[in-house]
Amino acid sequence: MGNLYTGAEIVFKCLEDQKVEHIFGYPGGAVLPIYDELKNHPSIKHILVRHEQGAGHAAEGYARSTGKPGVVLVTSGPGATNVVTALTDAYMDSVPLVCISGQVPTHLIGTDAFQECDTTGITRPCTKHNWLVKDINDLQRIMHEAFEVATTGRPGPVLVDIPKDIQFAKAKYSKHKKEKKLNGKVLNKFSQKEIDQLVDLMKKASKPVFYTGGGVINSGPKASELLRELVALTGFPITSTLQGLGAYPGDDNQFLGMLGMHGTYEANNAMHDCDLLINIGARFDDRITGKIDEFSPKSKKVHIDIDPSSINKIVKVDLSIVGDVCDVIGSTTKTLKKKNLNLEKSNKQKISKWWQQIQKWRTKQSLNFINSDKIIKPQHAVQRLYELTKNQDTYITTEVGQHQMWAAQHYKFNKPNRWMTSGGLGTMGYGLPAAIGVQVANPKKLVIDIAGEASILMTMQEISTAVQYNLPVKIFILNNQYMGMVRQWQELLHEKNYSESYSEALPDFVKLAEAYGCVGIRAENPDELDEKIEEMINIDRPVIFDCHVDQAENCFPMIPSGKPHNQMLLGPKDQKENKITGKGKALV
Amino acid sequence: MEKSKSAYSVPTKKGKIDTHIFVVWVDNEAGVLARVVGLFSGRGYNIESLAVAEVDQKKNLSRVTIVTTGSPEVIEQIALQLKKLVPVHKVANFKREDKKVIFKEMALLKIVTNPNKIKKALNTCRKYNPVILDHTKKSAVIQITALRREIDKVIKNLKPFGLVSASRTGAVAMTRGAEIFN
Repeated sequence: MGNLYTGAEIVFKCLEDQKVEHIFGYPGGAVLPIYDELKNHPSIKHILVRHEQGAGHAAEGYARSTGKPGVVLVTSGPGATNVVTALTDAYMDSVPLVCISGQVPTHLIGTDAFQECDTTGITRPCTKHNWLVKDINDLQRIMHEAFEVATTGRPGPVLVDIPKDIQFAKAKYSKHKKEKKLNGKVLNKFSQKEIDQLVDLMKKASKPVFYTGGGVINSGPKASELLRELVALTGFPITSTLQGLGAYPGDDNQFLGMLGMHGTYEANNAMHDCDLLINIGARFDDRITGKIDEFSPKSKKVHIDIDPSSINKIVKVDLSIVGDVCDVIGSTTKTLKKKNLNLEKSNKQKISKWWQQIQKWRTKQSLNFINSDKIIKPQHAVQRLYELTKNQDTYITTEVGQHQMWAAQHYKFNKPNRWMTSGGLGTMGYGLPAAIGVQVANPKKLVIDIAGEASILMTMQEISTAVQYNLPVKIFILNNQYMGMVRQWQELLHEKNYSESYSEALPDFVKLAEAYGCVGIRAENPDELDEKIEEMINIDRPVIFDCHVDQAENCFPMIPSGKPHNQMLLGPKDQKENKITGKGKALV
Repeated sequence: MEKSKSAYSVPTKKGKIDTHIFVVWVDNEAGVLARVVGLFSGRGYNIESLAVAEVDQKKNLSRVTIVTTGSPEVIEQIALQLKKLVPVHKVANFKREDKKVIFKEMALLKIVTNPNKIKKALNTCRKYNPVILDHTKKSAVIQITALRREIDKVIKNLKPFGLVSASRTGAVAMTRGAEIFN
């Protein structure tokens, strides 16, 4: 008879077998046995957060910067409910998370016990799958299955709810072997015929465009390499979603910039006018497509995605290829090479006109803004931050709002896994804890959270975590004293009725930094900006950088609601001539 | 001209709405029905009827039959989303008009009236495999199996004959001939 282990020990044995090095968590009554066991497992480091939502986002940052699953440990009741936002965020952005939650002992489940909640019920719609462990003999299998589900196919969060008596109960543990593929949920069975069809479409196209998304990042660094090869081989222009930034170099000439609501003029017009649209690992999100009826009306559409339910969900496509992006791109490149099709050369004539058109769009310089020498323009601040950090391997996270869009527009990413932002759920307060997770995974790297003063206050407490573990994250706040994106919409669409979007009584962020035991820096005019940014970079401690920016600045370009890609607002000047009209007033 | 105040697009025209029957094989485990039903409610799909029971004790499999309505795009999404659920093994999907598939619902109907009317009530049910499960001088419980709309009709027709209570199941489905679901 083999050794018997407690549930808590089995949890750690599973984590060790899964090669987990860090967990983010917060203790409480129903997980105490697991916390008690922590001391016996020196290879696993626990990061104590200040709020369970922070644990979830930190694990997301960890996962997105490494490609490994993030692990979260929380207690029952409020511990579990606090992590729901992070789980939903991870679900929307396809981030692999394994959340372990304590639960009241099995005999108390259903009795409204202290700190009891229906955790699996609450998290069912925001996880790929979840489990309530009712029998200690199931624990090992469930734990390993949890990692399998979180990391395979389209990644996402899972939750394992473990009642306290199960954590004490004993069972055998057998060394984990990689099991056979789960229940046919892993889909990577595209055919060469589909690849041939794709190559054929590429050959015929005269106005092609690649539209790539977070799927390329999720498919691993190899996918980004292969994407670069494919784009070079074809000579086609490429645009990326918010989540896909970094898969293709942001400063490359074939890159049109981000597309969508705040994407560039050239990217959105290319999407609208193209005759072949190749979607690689993106999901036709409503921030991308604009008005669906007029979305890319003249194109043949190809969709490459690992999740079959993403295909034809929003936009009907002509060719769908279900598979891992990395493998599909690899096969496509191989086929192109085998057929000796160097589209860049052979198609040059055909697509050169297309490139001429794109150059015309580019001359609009849609990301331009009117700079000032009196007041810091937020775009200018991001540009300076980029220029002063691009010589090192920098990781950027963001909160949600104007600053997020400015970061996406003006910070150029050259590598995958360097850009962590909450896109699908749009969670204010994501960036600081995410930056902590990124820094834990990449201790020597420069990690910056480009933040807004409203968002940062939602998870401000996590700066305490950064200080505790000496994680030198840099919180770069574009402080305009408004919920900027809300203010912008109110200006453009609600007759400048700035209802509740101004923050009175903001804290003094420099003093706040000092109170937390880190460093505060303030920049108030453009002349001192560079010097202060340099100062921030050179401090090997957490820094809160309070950058006072123009309060009235709006984020352009912008596709107004109810409009297709080719009807963008370009800026304050353009806006007067191009009023937002149409129906949809009653909608959100 | 009215200004759009929406951060979202306006709804676009939808396809033709059809009735479909989904048959879903799932692991018979705690919460599995909530996953299936939650998927429908969470994504705004409609459930007209639902029938679920374990069909294979050894393999611990349950079979869920769901009648739903939706445009072709919605129906395709339902099938794909169902297949993504971890405890789901297999999903089959039929149009209600599909001639190759038998759909049946069952109803238990309680009649409280005089013997003469009970007789008439039974006569009304005769086309729908009536079985008398309980019979007294004043009452009867009749079991019928039929299509949804047929049962609707019977219930309407039985009202004058003393129908006091009707209990109905959701539809279950089976293919005709030697063919099995794939």
